[in-house]
Amino acid sequence: MALLEIRDLSKVYQRDAQRIPVFEGINLNIVAGEFLVLMGPSGSGKTTLLNLVAGLDEPTTGTIRVSGAEVTAMSRRDLAAWRSHHVGFIFQLYNLLPVLTAYQNIELPLLLTHLSKQDRREHVMTALEVVGLSDRADHYPRQLSGGQEQRVAIARAIVSDPTLILADEPTGDLDAQSAQDVLTLMQRLNDEYNKTILLVTHDQRAADRGHAIMHLDKGVLTG
Amino acid sequence: MKYGHLIWVNLTRNKRRTILTALSVAAALFLFVALRSVNTTLNDAREVGSESRMVTRNAISIVFQLPEAYYGWLSSLPGVRRVTWGNWFHGIYRGNPRDFFASFGVDVDSYFEVYPELVVPEDQKQAFMRERTAAMVGTGLMERYGWRLGQTINLTSMIYSPVTEWPFTIRAVYTPLPGWTDEAFYFHYDYLSEMTEWAQPGWYVLQLDDSSHAATVAATIDEHYKNSRFATRTETERAFQTGMVSMYGNVGFLMNAVGLAVFFAILLVAANTMMMAARERTSEVAVLKTLGFSDRLLFGLVIAEAAAITLAGGLLGVFGAKLLFEGTGFQGAGFLPGFAVKMSTAGLGMLIALLLGLFSGLVPAWQAARLPVAHTLRRVV
Ligand SMILES: Nc1ncnc2c1ncn2[C@@H]1O[C@H](COP(=O)(O)OP(=O)(O)OP(=O)(O)O)[C@@H](O)[C@H]1O
Ligand SMILES: [Mg+2]
Repeated sequence: MALLEIRDLSKVYQRDAQRIPVFEGINLNIVAGEFLVLMGPSGSGKTTLLNLVAGLDEPTTGTIRVSGAEVTAMSRRDLAAWRSHHVGFIFQLYNLLPVLTAYQNIELPLLLTHLSKQDRREHVMTALEVVGLSDRADHYPRQLSGGQEQRVAIARAIVSDPTLILADEPTGDLDAQSAQDVLTLMQRLNDEYNKTILLVTHDQRAADRGHAIMHLDKGVLTG
Repeated sequence: MKYGHLIWVNLTRNKRRTILTALSVAAALFLFVALRSVNTTLNDAREVGSESRMVTRNAISIVFQLPEAYYGWLSSLPGVRRVTWGNWFHGIYRGNPRDFFASFGVDVDSYFEVYPELVVPEDQKQAFMRERTAAMVGTGLMERYGWRLGQTINLTSMIYSPVTEWPFTIRAVYTPLPGWTDEAFYFHYDYLSEMTEWAQPGWYVLQLDDSSHAATVAATIDEHYKNSRFATRTETERAFQTGMVSMYGNVGFLMNAVGLAVFFAILLVAANTMMMAARERTSEVAVLKTLGFSDRLLFGLVIAEAAAITLAGGLLGVFGAKLLFEGTGFQGAGFLPGFAVKMSTAGLGMLIALLLGLFSGLVPAWQAARLPVAHTLRRVV
């Protein structure tokens, strides 16, 4: 059974009388352990699709299931709880909280669990180790390079051990070397930790790291 | 609380704004506590008098006296257990009208019987009763002038003679009853009537067997003396006190009005702070939502932040006022004997601080809870 199942998914914006479809009738299956890359021109709806999968936005029609749970049918409250367990989100601009240290940023998703302070510490330190930033735990985002910030963001995305990692152009703002480091890290998450990844990118070299590439263009998804 | 740190860093992002807001809450609550304490002090003064004691005075005004001869008839009335009387001396110290305090001559034996709740050490009481020129002084007045037990001081009377010096020896110090002034000066009526020919009782105090007879007793007395040269007016001691305080009648209303106006002004200040703080953070709220923070939790975090500001301000204002007034022994220059910030007033102040926090955080908290994530992230990133 597929980990992620998208059926007849449509997102249509309505502006006055005008219908602005982003995409219509999209179908997609992702099995557990997959590393799928999604490419497509700007404005084709890649971010929209990720937001829908994470339950951050509502589709016009269609269903999304993750591990059998129907995301598109959940209440806002259930979605928040579900998201904290099942989805790790990585953004192009890292989106760390500037007033918190690397450690505290990574700890945020764990605050939602019943873990003790001590257990949270263990999880955070493990995540920091995975991304190779154990020595930067007490640094604030402004004291880190872009590549390091993104690795902290990745640590935050994996710290609660989610089923699915969604990455929206995670290397879009990084220099070549940092981008390679981040991609290598994501590949390791897939290989060693068996994380299922859906990566959106414009960068062909990034795309080559995945198992398969899908293209989204003019509302149509092709493999 | 595991979210404590998150709330704390948000509070300290813009320290100056947070502190200024807390200080304006503190100033408002300081004012509230001060005004309300004036009010409760005045109200307590109204409660001081007893329902089972009655005061008979001259019907025209308290400044006119009553004949000594009334004592016998008043004492013989059914339902009246004991009668005492006093006379207003209007004494001043050091010949200076500003060194003024309540001073009166009382019929010593009967006075202690009618006011058994007066707290005086027994040996001092006996010493005071024995000596014709002895005085009994409140703790506050002793402190004000640094007087000592056994000391002899001179007063002059603005009523009997502004030049004659009357020596008094302090033989007793009383501790005031709740709401009573601690700055009164008691001495023997006998001493007064020996020194002047025309001193007469300024008022009689009647201790009744049963307070339910108050109305009949009052009517009987006032009816009896209605057509005499010195008509009387008799009322319960509490009513007598109320008459003295009722001139402050509208103070309470005024204070409530001022308090309400201040409350809303501060509510706007605090709400404005919270809205500014929240607006700067919309993208972060959206990010927290992608991490799984629920609408309800984000709502609570904003409310908690607002409440932290107003409660900190509240603590500062409310307990600052309490400590200040208690530390300085504030008595409104003698016009507010027993002035105190009650715990109920402090509690009410803190409740208001809490409500300020809840209300000021309401709108931004609601906005944070309802924030559409996808739309917000798109706008910012
Ligand atoms: N609130 C909205 N109202 C109308 N149209 C919208 C709204 N939000 C997004 N769109 C449109 O939806 C389309 C898809 O946007 P989306 O951000 O998903 O594209 P994208 O593939 O992620 O592009 P990029 O590569 O530039 O990030 C765009 O044409 C955008 O203008
Ligand atoms: Mg995009």
